[in-house]
Amino acid sequence: MQELTITRHNEMIDPVLHIWSWQIPVYLFIGGLVAGIMIISGYFVLQGQYKRNVFSCFYLPHISLVLLTGGMTSLFLDLEHKLYVWRLYTTFQWTSPMSWGSWILVIIYPVLWSITLIRIPEQFQGKIPVFDRLSALINRHPQLIKNIGILNMLLGVLLGMYTGVLLSAFGARPLWNSAMLWMLFLVSGLSAAAAFVHLITTDEYERELLAKADNAFLTLELFVFGGFITGLLTSTRVHIEAVKLILVGPFAPYFWVLVIGLGIVLPLTLQLLAVNHKVKHSPVPPLLVLAGGLALRFVIVYAGQFSHWT
Amino acid sequence: MVIDTVRCVGCMDCVVACKTENQVPEGYNRDWIAYDVQGTFPTLHMEIRSERCNHCDSPPCVHCCPTGASHVHDVGGVVLVDYDKCIGCKACVASCPYGARFINPDGYAEKCTFCIHRVEQGLKPACVSVCPTHCMHFGDLDDPNSDVSQLLASRKHHTLMPEAGTKPRIFYLT
Repeated sequence: MQELTITRHNEMIDPVLHIWSWQIPVYLFIGGLVAGIMIISGYFVLQGQYKRNVFSCFYLPHISLVLLTGGMTSLFLDLEHKLYVWRLYTTFQWTSPMSWGSWILVIIYPVLWSITLIRIPEQFQGKIPVFDRLSALINRHPQLIKNIGILNMLLGVLLGMYTGVLLSAFGARPLWNSAMLWMLFLVSGLSAAAAFVHLITTDEYERELLAKADNAFLTLELFVFGGFITGLLTSTRVHIEAVKLILVGPFAPYFWVLVIGLGIVLPLTLQLLAVNHKVKHSPVPPLLVLAGGLALRFVIVYAGQFSHWT
Repeated sequence: MVIDTVRCVGCMDCVVACKTENQVPEGYNRDWIAYDVQGTFPTLHMEIRSERCNHCDSPPCVHCCPTGASHVHDVGGVVLVDYDKCIGCKACVASCPYGARFINPDGYAEKCTFCIHRVEQGLKPACVSVCPTHCMHFGDLDDPNSDVSQLLASRKHHTLMPEAGTKPRIFYLT
């Protein structure tokens, strides 16, 4: 038996850590979604689909710029010393995933801008002459367009990985301290992005392709979850206690119902029926996938803070 | 730092001294007392400890800081926070397995500094200087002739959560 009593009750630390609220899960979800979007739109550009009026090349990159800004705003809202945020860009701390992330985001913005300039939507053409000139310049070099597609895919993978590495680098939080977390967040981000396109596009080919891709991502996500849980269950006592928080503990209802049941299994079943033409495509499965992806970040961030070493 | 748990009575003088010396905001603590009871009744053992930041040799709070605000001081390897560089991202708070850090109401991360402003003047940290049982010892662990090195060489001791891999540098004599 061990009973530990301490004479401390610091706000946000005791009795359990609760420093990060809704802003961080929202930021991680949007980061993962944008990562998935970059990979998908990069792939479509690489395939030469930008020559057609497909949603993934034409509107998706523009939407992702807005989404990324929303995610960054969410992160900014979480900072306690907001006026000092510029300090992130006065140094590079190579051991800090957060420092890596802040610099990765600096690179991602121009790369996202470049993919939006491949095709400027009609209503914006002629509004900002410099964008039109840049777009014309890019379109004179087909190899440059391919390179922009590749760069978007690579940086998308990096951003998706980063959202997981950010948490898994915290050894003091056993639930996060898993080498599978980056893969889980990357696959979840891809799945959310595929669902997003499936939900919004009016192009039949795109919808069918992305629904099939999403089924693959959701199936892969289940396997990654298996690896994540098995890894923690076969680790030390503190890691076993940590994973029990989501398997049988206070976060289990949210995990099993919102993340696994409604976020993966149900939409996967519905989408499998839809791609096999048993039922019509509907907005329900992609909406469930998006909600499940958000719920995943909430469960992992909240339960991870709950997990500790003692 | 070396703390003799046999002598510590949990009077909290160290806690009060720290709050006064460092003007720690109301409702927060840089140091605290832990009562650790272990064993099976009736064979129980209680250890009373004065705890604070362990100024680890491998400090995860320093490694994860994105701005370099958390850093290791040139003198004695003390782990400190530069308040003007801290953005309040709370990564250091999440990374500390001891829960030794908190966010000051003004927005920056705060923790024990070993009263570096006093140490640089040749004084001892406030908590050490007020301890009525003289259970706390502060000195140079790299000097084999120092008070703290001698105590560690002659007495049984332990650190907190060595399994976390942070190499804490506060030692508890048992």
